[in-house]
Amino acid sequence: MTESEIQTAIFDGLRKIAPETDPRQLSPAANLREALDIDSFDFLNFLISLHERLGVEIPEADYGRLTTLSALVQYLSKKLPREPTKAS
Amino acid sequence: MPSLGADMTEGTLVQWNVKPGDAIKRGDIIAVVGTEKADIEVEVYQTGTVEKLIAQPGDKLPVGTPIALIHVEGEAPVEVAPVQPAPKAGGRVRASPMARKLAQDLGVDLEKITGTGPHGVIERHDVEQAAQTKASENAEHIEAAAPAKPVAGMRHAIAVAMARSNREIPHYYLSTQIDMSVALDWLQGFNQKRSIENRVLPAALLLKAVARGLVQVPELNGFWVDDQLKPSPEVHLGVAISLRGGGLMIPAIHAAEQKSLEELMAALRDVITRARSGRLRSSEITEGTITVTNLGDLGVETVFGVIYPPQVALVGFGKIMDRPWAAEHGMLGVRPVLTATLAADHRATDGHRGAQFLQILDDLLQEPGKL
Repeated sequence: MTESEIQTAIFDGLRKIAPETDPRQLSPAANLREALDIDSFDFLNFLISLHERLGVEIPEADYGRLTTLSALVQYLSKKLPREPTKAS
Repeated sequence: MPSLGADMTEGTLVQWNVKPGDAIKRGDIIAVVGTEKADIEVEVYQTGTVEKLIAQPGDKLPVGTPIALIHVEGEAPVEVAPVQPAPKAGGRVRASPMARKLAQDLGVDLEKITGTGPHGVIERHDVEQAAQTKASENAEHIEAAAPAKPVAGMRHAIAVAMARSNREIPHYYLSTQIDMSVALDWLQGFNQKRSIENRVLPAALLLKAVARGLVQVPELNGFWVDDQLKPSPEVHLGVAISLRGGGLMIPAIHAAEQKSLEELMAALRDVITRARSGRLRSSEITEGTITVTNLGDLGVETVFGVIYPPQVALVGFGKIMDRPWAAEHGMLGVRPVLTATLAADHRATDGHRGAQFLQILDDLLQEPGKL
C-alpha cells in the first residue's frame, strides 16, 4: 500500500468523526487530536476505522505515538506490506 | 408534551412514530419532539393502545399539554384537555424567545413583523416567513442570511439551566488527587486481551467507580425537589458530552451501578454516538441522577462544575498527568495522577459527606479489579 493510499484512509477516518473539518489542510506535524478537537472516544473510533479498513492491529500501548499525521502514516507504513516497485 | 430538561417550557412535535390503533408497550419510542437543544425521541411509560393523536407534527406546545390519548388495559381512557399554543410575550415587541433568537440570527427586524400567535405574539414561523420575504426582495440577502444555527437554541437552553443552578443551588466544592497507576496498569492488562473494538477507555473505569461510590453515598445521587432531597434507588449517570457544533448534552446511562465495565463502555459508546447524531431518548434526557464531566482530553487539570438542577451533585475529572508523588516508605516517584472534584448542593449534603465520597472513589480506583 502506498503512502498516498494510507493518507486517504486516514483522511476518510478523520472526516467521519470530524465532518466539518478538512483533514487535507492539516500540517503533517500538527497534533491531530488538538487540531481537530478529537476526544479519546472519537480517537478510539478513528483507530477502529483504520483497523477495519487496513486490517492493521494497533496495540493500546502505541496510541501515544500516533499523535501527528506524519507519525501515523509512518506507523501504518511499517505495519502494512509495501507495494512491489514496478520495473520500468 | 413531556418535559425534556430542567427548564424546558415548550416543545415542537416533529413526528409521530405511531398511529391510532397501534399497540404500544413501555419503552417504545412513539414520537420525536424538538427542543431548543436537539430533537429527542419520546418513549412511552405505559403499555396499551394508541387511542388518539391530539397534536400534529409542527405544533409547538407548552410542557404538560396532552399530545395523545393512550388506552391502558383495564383503565378508562383519560379525557384530554384541548391543545393550546404556548403564549409568549415580553419587551416592546411581543415575541416568543425562539422567535427573538431566530430574528437575531437571521437579521430580521421584529418590529416589522405582524405576529400570528395568540394576542398577536410573533412566533418562529412568522420570523421564518419574514426572512423568506426579505430574501426574495433582495437577492444578495440570500447569501448573507445564514440559517438558524441549532447551537443558538442549545446555548440558550444551557444558559437557562446554568443560571437557575447558580441562582438556586448553594454549591460547595471539594477536590482530591488520585494516584491512577494501579488503575491504568490494570486497565492495560484488561485491554491487552481484547480487540480494538472491545477495549475500555479510562473514562469508563472512572464512571464505574463513581457509580459504585454513589451506592455508598446515596445522598449525592438524586434530586432536590420540594425543599427536600429525594435520593434515587438507582444510579443514572448523566454523562456530559460535548457536541462538535458546540454545546453539550447530558444523557443518562441507566442503572450504571449494576453494569459491568464492558457494559458501561458499550453504554457510553452508545450514548455518545447517539448524542452526536441527535438520537437521544426522553428518559436519557430527564432521568440522570448525577452528572459526570470529564475534561481531561482537553488537558484541563481540575474541573469546577455547575450542578444540573434538580440534581444535587456533579463529579468532575481532569487530565491524568504524570506528577511527583510521595509513595510508600517516603520515596518520591512519578505517578499518573488524576484530580477528581465534587460540586455538591449544600442543602442536600455537607462537606464531610462529600469528602467521604471522594475518599471512597480513590479507594475504589486502587482496587480496579473489584469494580
